[in-house]
Amino acid sequence: MYLATNGRPDTSPHPSGVRRRVPGTVIALGAVSLVTDVSSEMVTAVLPLYLVLGLGLSPLQFGFLDGLFNGATALVRLLGGRLADRGGGHKRVAGAGYLLSALSRLGLLLAGGAAGGIAAALAADRLGKGIRTAPRDALISLSSPPETLGRSFGVHRAMDTTGALLGPLVAFAVLWATADAYDAVFVVSFCTGLLGVLLLLLYVPNSAPVRTTSAPVARPELPRHRPLRDPAFRRILCAAAVLGAATIGDAFLYLLLQRGLDLSPALFPLLPLGAAAGYLVLAVPVGRIADRTGRRLPFLLGHAALLGAYTVLLAPVSWATLAAVLVLLGIFYAATDGVLMALAGPVLPAHGRASGFAILQTGQALARLVGAAGFGAAWTFWGQDAALWAAALVLAGALAAAWRVLPPAAPKDGVPSPSSSATEAS
Amino acid sequence: MKVRSRTLRLVLVVAAVLLLGGGSLGYVLHARQRDQPPQQVAADASFTLAEPGLYFRDEATGRIARQPGGRTPRLTGGPSCDRFYAAGERALCLRKLPGVPARTQAVVLDRRLKEIRRVAVAGIPNRARVSASGQVLSWTTFATGDSYATSAFSTRTAILNLRTGDLVKSIEDIPLTIDGARYHAPDVNYWGVTFARDDNRFYATVSSKGRTHLVEGDLRRWSAKALRTNVECPSLSPDNTRIAFKKKVSDDPKSPWRLYVLNLADLREHPVAETRSVDDQAAWLDDTTLAYALPGSDGRRSDIWATPADGTGTPRLTVAGGSSPGAVH
Repeated sequence: MYLATNGRPDTSPHPSGVRRRVPGTVIALGAVSLVTDVSSEMVTAVLPLYLVLGLGLSPLQFGFLDGLFNGATALVRLLGGRLADRGGGHKRVAGAGYLLSALSRLGLLLAGGAAGGIAAALAADRLGKGIRTAPRDALISLSSPPETLGRSFGVHRAMDTTGALLGPLVAFAVLWATADAYDAVFVVSFCTGLLGVLLLLLYVPNSAPVRTTSAPVARPELPRHRPLRDPAFRRILCAAAVLGAATIGDAFLYLLLQRGLDLSPALFPLLPLGAAAGYLVLAVPVGRIADRTGRRLPFLLGHAALLGAYTVLLAPVSWATLAAVLVLLGIFYAATDGVLMALAGPVLPAHGRASGFAILQTGQALARLVGAAGFGAAWTFWGQDAALWAAALVLAGALAAAWRVLPPAAPKDGVPSPSSSATEAS
Repeated sequence: MKVRSRTLRLVLVVAAVLLLGGGSLGYVLHARQRDQPPQQVAADASFTLAEPGLYFRDEATGRIARQPGGRTPRLTGGPSCDRFYAAGERALCLRKLPGVPARTQAVVLDRRLKEIRRVAVAGIPNRARVSASGQVLSWTTFATGDSYATSAFSTRTAILNLRTGDLVKSIEDIPLTIDGARYHAPDVNYWGVTFARDDNRFYATVSSKGRTHLVEGDLRRWSAKALRTNVECPSLSPDNTRIAFKKKVSDDPKSPWRLYVLNLADLREHPVAETRSVDDQAAWLDDTTLAYALPGSDGRRSDIWATPADGTGTPRLTVAGGSSPGAVH
């Protein structure tokens, strides 16, 4: 099962099978993410209602609680990457993150109505999520041969998204079955989260394959890798940040659709599900394409799909617009999320990968926050149409910039065949 | 990898799935047994609005009750409501419908508390108000998920005119004038409508860009204009000269509001004697007394307090374990 991942001399690999199979570790991490996302999305889906309806918090207080931790998550992510690289071990750090999030459900349950307890539980959940992301992505990339990284991330993200789609369904089913017993949602979420931790413990190997060759004692001799000093990484980070800052946030797109079509509030929550379904279906195929063409082109074309979604919304909104926007958003995520990790993975050394990913994800997330805030301000001051025009122009500009910043076919990009570089040059 | 360890892992996973799945299922079944869906009961035949008194929601039963005044014990026999108000010939009862996304049922009742109309809207019950004649009604719900800041709540306010039969499920498209200029913004939210005696003029709160305004609206001309800022949940006095409202006085999310009264003739305002943070649309018991709900003591969810509207005196506990006060004369 781990033939492709372990690379131990005693397990003789079958070269033909290695190329075709998705590494077992990737499947295992995908399963962990699936189960964990069911657990966390269950809570996310019901939390606002629980706080305001179940506990009688005023929406003002809820907004306060919710906004409190969003900023801190980014910093914790950097810490998680750092810890994993500095000898904490990817699995251990990621596992701690998963466990913390699972235990936070228990905190939510025990907090009862106390706002302080709820805040602490939410903080623990965000802390866990922040810590685990970068080590997990590093594990995925270290377990996969560089030439199939795109597919590996595609498989992982598809499984991850499946969990995110199932979570709210499970939560609503529990609420329906129990006449709105929120504590039952938390208990089910806790059990599901524990299962995720167990799957990680049992099926994800202790350390990444590259690490097994170097004994832990030898690690301090490795110079601390500073991703920001690496020009290739800097270019990727720069492109991701510029494009991220030109992203206005899906919620805005959904709101435009809702206003254009006068959608009923009951249908509104289905819009993100539609985009997620598109992402789910396309993640693996696009990952494969990225492996063949190099990851740069799909990453850029994914943002072109987002630009397409903005453009479609500039015309009068119809049901065809809705379908087009959801499909384009699905393409956007499939071609940019995992693909970005596949793009950056090969330029980062194994012992600096988790921190590199953490920096990249944090940079992108912060840039997107800026983009969404900027669009919100533009909408408020210029009105909807002018703001959307501005967003489209900014994104087009950012695409042109990223096109220049990203090297066409970096030799480290895991693109072995010259023919594919030729495709990119054309 | 050894087969034995593979088998062992499989056994462990299956055992964990059975254990955790069984635990989850057990808890869900337990919760199902424990929380029977709240029975939505209608009013007892003997319980009507004919008797004057303070009507409110009894927090223990979720049903509407009446406090006749003096030392007479409360009488609980009204319909189940999450928010309630009654005036003139009509009462308005808001009920949260079970399930997700949250929906609210607004039920219009006659003087015998028999249902005459029901409307389902999105969101959680928040405010209910009926004009003095009972002919114009309004309610506000909190809705999630239709704002671009996805975690934030937005309000939806509806106005139902029984005379004309007009129902506006969300009044946010009403032409609005702020500082003399027509105002356009995607983020306008209205809440807390209160009606004047003519069944045409109304007051409400509108919020946009982080500021709240008191607006005066005209139902027939269908327009609204902002009068002043920092006024929430207005409540017009029976003589139509003053507005009780909650004013944001602090950024501390634990106690952001104070109850104030605004004199409409000279637009002068003064706080009432209540110093705690009131998150409610106050109700006028008569032209001199305000009633409002506060978080309850001794484990009660909510208590009703009353205080003089002119800023004198001290607040007194009127109903332990009650919310949604409204005086019926």
